[in-house]
Amino acid sequence: MRDGTIVVAGASLAALRGAEALRARGFSGRLVLVGDEPHRPYDRPPLSKHVLTGEIAPEATTLPGVGALRAEWRLGAPVTGLDRAGRALLVGGGERLPFDRLLIATGARARPWPVPDEAALAGVHTVRSRDDAAALAAGLAARPERVLILGAGFIGCEVASSIRALGLPVTVADPAPSPLAGPLGPVIGGFVAGRMEAAGIDLRVGTEVAHLEGAAGRVRGARLTDGGTIAADLVVVALGAVRNTEWLAGSGLDADEGGLSCDGACRALDEAGRPDDAIFAAGDVARCPHPLFGGRPVALEHWGNAVAQAAHAARAMIDGPEAAGRYAEVPAFWSSQFGLTIKSLGLTEGADAVAVVQGHPRTGRFLAVYGREGHTVAAVSVDAGRWLPAYEAPIREGAPFPPIVGGADQPSVRPVPSGLPALQPA
Amino acid sequence: MRVVVDLNRCQAYAQCCYAAPERFVLRGNEILVYDPAPPAADRAAIERAVQACPVRAIRVEHDAPAGAA
Repeated sequence: MRDGTIVVAGASLAALRGAEALRARGFSGRLVLVGDEPHRPYDRPPLSKHVLTGEIAPEATTLPGVGALRAEWRLGAPVTGLDRAGRALLVGGGERLPFDRLLIATGARARPWPVPDEAALAGVHTVRSRDDAAALAAGLAARPERVLILGAGFIGCEVASSIRALGLPVTVADPAPSPLAGPLGPVIGGFVAGRMEAAGIDLRVGTEVAHLEGAAGRVRGARLTDGGTIAADLVVVALGAVRNTEWLAGSGLDADEGGLSCDGACRALDEAGRPDDAIFAAGDVARCPHPLFGGRPVALEHWGNAVAQAAHAARAMIDGPEAAGRYAEVPAFWSSQFGLTIKSLGLTEGADAVAVVQGHPRTGRFLAVYGREGHTVAAVSVDAGRWLPAYEAPIREGAPFPPIVGGADQPSVRPVPSGLPALQPA
Repeated sequence: MRVVVDLNRCQAYAQCCYAAPERFVLRGNEILVYDPAPPAADRAAIERAVQACPVRAIRVEHDAPAGAA
């Protein structure tokens, strides 16, 4: 398809890169991008890092590509529904946008604190959008006496690092036994915990917050499930993300808070598992089968996935699903926190073992490989990013785990249990 | 001007930091901090950084000249 109308639901990284890829592949028709935020597409990774430290202004994060893209923009316009039979996207304010093809890239939002009255207290923040980061930065500028961060995942740890760099007292609370326990397990999590504590973070692992407490509408602290309390006048809720799929209710597509199901060509699936040839998805919202995951569906919240999957969806939209083939990009992400760069390739989900195969945590530079049922499934570098690309092929091929046992800088490779949960049967 | 660096691709070779030291800084061993919205006056330095990057990780878009569509 080279002409007609393509509508993109969403106006963030996947939407922008998908739209660019459509044009690059020769689409010359009408192209409309619809975004709920008033901003043109911007880059999110700096929001939890240098935007909070004040080194980058929130509005400086607009992405390259927005200037040259030949498209119509509907910004500040949330999508409200999908008329699949009538091939039209419904937009807030009552506009009805007919399409020949639709790319769904509505992304995800921060999972709010589950008690609405407590989440609404002044001083309680999440970090997902540019406006969120600006509001948090303004709250930090008032020099709170103590910041409490709920959740020690990547966002929680990055935010903790940024806020600690401002010299503010920071407590991080998470029910898991280490930071980053969910995505990486306790081996790397334990190493990061040491860096957090060395940076002066009051790290409370194994700690579950039951309630946020306020006075006169402002947060004052948290009550723990064990009866203890933590005083804090600013709270950051970093409990992961929820995919933006509510607007698809009643469309007949298979969507829930975990994402919109797709096939390997990024075509949206209906509730019976049949692909819709006119509707595609990419980025955080898309739950696609992945060959590195035994064909199980997985929704990845990664910058690189948004870029690669959007390009894949665009190819399928223009040249057809057969030409595009199955999406098989090796998942990759990075994080920077506490002076460390953590980079990952592959999927750690369901890994049963982990081994440091190069370097050593003692030296502060190492690379760990994750295995599942004897196969290499992921690799994570800590301040050793140049070692990482060599593991892409072993991950892609499912090479025997561990893939090397005699690294010059790590001669005694000893696999240990990963500490990650087992996969549910497919 | 708008700049983004693919930090999956970045391997901290720091060539951008030599080419445009006002806009790219390496912190710790591998953390690249960069200005995503440099002023137009830095165009030559940013272009040097784009060209110098050994892993082709930097993308830049210049503003259209005033009066252009």
